[in-house]
Amino acid sequence: MTRTRLCSFAAWLRLVLGAGVLFALLAFQKGARADQLSEDLSGLASTDASEVSAAIAKAASRGDARALPALHALDEGTLRFDAQKRLLIKSQSGALTDALTRAAATAQGNLEEPASDNEVRRALSPALASLSLSAGSAAVRLKAAHDLGRPSDEIVPIIRNVLAKETDADVKVALSLALAPSDLASDKPADRVRALNAIRAAADASFKGDAERLVGKHPDGKFVEPDAAVRAAAFAAISAIETRQFLVNIVGNTFYGLSLGSVLILCALGLAITFGLMGVINMAHGEMMMIGAYTAFVVQNFFISKLPAHLDWYIAVAVPAAFVVSGAVGVLMERTVIRHLYGRPLETLLATWGISLLLIQTVRLIFGAQNVTVANPSWLSGGVEILPQVVLTYSRLTVIAFSVVVMLFVWALMQKTRLGLEVRAVTQNRAMAAAMGISTRRVDMWTFGVGSGVAGLGGVALSQLGNVGPELGQGYIVDSFMVVVLGGVGKLAGTIAGGLGLGLVNKYLEPVAGAVLGKIFILGFIIVFIQRRPQGIFALKGRAAEVS
Amino acid sequence: MKAEPAVGLRALHDKRGWLVVALFTLLACVLVPVLSLAVPESSPLHLPDYLVALFGKFLCYGIVALAIDLIWGFTGILSLGHGVFFALGGYAMGMYLMLSIGAQGVYKSALPDFMVFLDWKELPWFWRGFDNLSVALIAALLVPGLLAFAFGYFAFRSRIRGVYFSIITQALTYALMLLFFRNETGFGGNNGLTDYKSLYGYDLHEPSTKVTLCVLSALALLFTYLLCRYIVTSKAGRVLRAIRDAESRAMFVGFNPTSYKLFAWTLSAVLCGLAGALYVPQVGIINPSEMQPANSIEMGIWVAVGGRATLFGAVLGAFLVNGMRSFFTAAMPNAWLYVLGLLFIAVTLFFPDGVAGALGRLRRRRT
Repeated sequence: MTRTRLCSFAAWLRLVLGAGVLFALLAFQKGARADQLSEDLSGLASTDASEVSAAIAKAASRGDARALPALHALDEGTLRFDAQKRLLIKSQSGALTDALTRAAATAQGNLEEPASDNEVRRALSPALASLSLSAGSAAVRLKAAHDLGRPSDEIVPIIRNVLAKETDADVKVALSLALAPSDLASDKPADRVRALNAIRAAADASFKGDAERLVGKHPDGKFVEPDAAVRAAAFAAISAIETRQFLVNIVGNTFYGLSLGSVLILCALGLAITFGLMGVINMAHGEMMMIGAYTAFVVQNFFISKLPAHLDWYIAVAVPAAFVVSGAVGVLMERTVIRHLYGRPLETLLATWGISLLLIQTVRLIFGAQNVTVANPSWLSGGVEILPQVVLTYSRLTVIAFSVVVMLFVWALMQKTRLGLEVRAVTQNRAMAAAMGISTRRVDMWTFGVGSGVAGLGGVALSQLGNVGPELGQGYIVDSFMVVVLGGVGKLAGTIAGGLGLGLVNKYLEPVAGAVLGKIFILGFIIVFIQRRPQGIFALKGRAAEVS
Repeated sequence: MKAEPAVGLRALHDKRGWLVVALFTLLACVLVPVLSLAVPESSPLHLPDYLVALFGKFLCYGIVALAIDLIWGFTGILSLGHGVFFALGGYAMGMYLMLSIGAQGVYKSALPDFMVFLDWKELPWFWRGFDNLSVALIAALLVPGLLAFAFGYFAFRSRIRGVYFSIITQALTYALMLLFFRNETGFGGNNGLTDYKSLYGYDLHEPSTKVTLCVLSALALLFTYLLCRYIVTSKAGRVLRAIRDAESRAMFVGFNPTSYKLFAWTLSAVLCGLAGALYVPQVGIINPSEMQPANSIEMGIWVAVGGRATLFGAVLGAFLVNGMRSFFTAAMPNAWLYVLGLLFIAVTLFFPDGVAGALGRLRRRRT
């Protein structure tokens, strides 16, 4: 027992001592390195070009990534130095920061710009390349390697040097890819094979043309590339690129199709419910989306003028606001017009078209005919890159998640609440439901309001994906009718299947047949489809099907 | 419908009806040419060219309204896609007019300008024969007819009706609009067909040609009216109305609604094609925007404003709504959509039998 305690005490002591020594060493080294760095770079604070170039070369040979900000600033022409030869970076707004410590600084005396002529620039670009490629974390190096593009001849040897020392696999691929253009032009077959292997590993589509040229033939029947091994490598590279492109297309189209489909579902949900309930088609339904989107715009502007600090959270207010505003317009519409046309669905269709014209013109007069921009909150901009060239933007991901939430909300409303029960009852048999004491008029009104509100939510979702204009709803109305036709009426599952199906098929067909032919194809499919299943994918069973 | 005159097989109309028809014919076929061509331009009674063209346009709209009344007012099928038949008829005529420009175009080529622009070397196969006016006219009737027949056959056979049918016709016109917007489709894409010079050798900019076209449109309207009148007063017309009012019952009595509906639907499309063919030389352009869903819905409101299932009400409605459109878009462009929107709502809510119904009530009150 005692021994163990002693033992543990000794271990503890060792640990403390060791840590202390290490810390001191580190601090010393850091201080030393900082001194060295500022010494190296002091030459930059000069109006003599040769002094500046010499300082650049020294910094490059030292290989310390902390010199990068100063060199970048020199490259961009924002580097200055003051009377004490301190290096400062001048931002666009005129604020100064110390080039080495990155702390805010004030200039002592006059600010001067370091010399910058062709000699300096010639020295600068290889120095920048080698420093950013060899220093810093793997992620930084990878980004620097990606940023190389097709490097110029003087940088190529530097990249080769860096590549020889590089350990990270991803960075290696990126670096060899940067070398590929010069390797491909090389006389040695081994170089060309190496380049093609790098292209294959990266599956970079921008080299597809180069690889295809190598496997082609001259008009006289000879191969462009004499070496069979190189041709084999080129074939492998082409097939890797094609596989990657195929994958990219599939993933990208699925993603876009899903997000389009979820917007369509949001629009079609209300349409399908009210059509099932009342047998009327609301031609102004698209305008409910438009109103929702403009509500988001108004809320955003309110935040900009009154609560700029919380601008990122305007969406949290816009969503319920859009639901309420669109829902209120829907209820108003139902009470003033649609209620009085009960049993005359074709007239209802025309009257709601009239309402949509009124709404469009009113919005046009209030907000102008031009599109307005509803900006994404900062937490919605950007995205995740799941594959090279395939970025799932957060805004689209959020739209998909959002519509899932709304679907759950509608499902719960229809299945778990009193209103939902009554809606289902009236949808099945209006007269019988009325006889059971359900106020069908009240059910109609609330259902219409909820359906319009959900469309308003769809409008908020759309505002995050594109521009908002008075004719926003018109572009979606035909598609959402098709969703209703495909999915059948009054069935949530049908609407979801119809919306996703239409969205996905649309996006899959677009690259093959073009957007227009894709649409025409879908229409043809729908016409054929309703031959077989006039009631949609999920038909209501029994007599309910005969009512409409 | 209550306001309907007694159905007689021998006479399509009573005396008063024939009087109105004769008056209309006189107005369009005698008064318009005289006022436009014989009266000197300095006279206040002179009818300027643009009014002749406008009147001719309205006459074509009248034919469309009759076609829609036949299918909606009498058969109970609301089409939101009749613009597509109208536009197809117009395109057939437009193709003839394009080819008859010959080498007078901007590029001095025998091919239409847009094909030269797209670097096409020869006419696509579906343009062949359209340098012949009779081929173009037949196509103007046949193409909309065939499209309507095929579409209607499948739709009616699977008993698609009501709003379902309406929104599918809307999708039809939408899809074809998108198709015609493409340059590759071969109909001039976005810009459509325009810049016509002559029709059957007559200069389209001559006032006499314009008046002739206007008179031809009036005669076509007259012919359409009498044809529709004949149909709706015949036995088939009664079946159509029976289908409108109670389709299942008509079916149980022993009629086959599908064939009757298909007949009315196809005929309606053919008439729209005729209207389109007459319309294009008078306005001088046809482009895919004629197929916008909004245009087709507006055609429906012409009939609703005039009064459904009255035929002459439909023509009246087409004249009224388009007259208002011409007035408002010139005088108060911002108000026009409000007027149109309110028209849609007011007619359906308060005047379901339209102007014709109101006139009928007025007449009954007086007697």
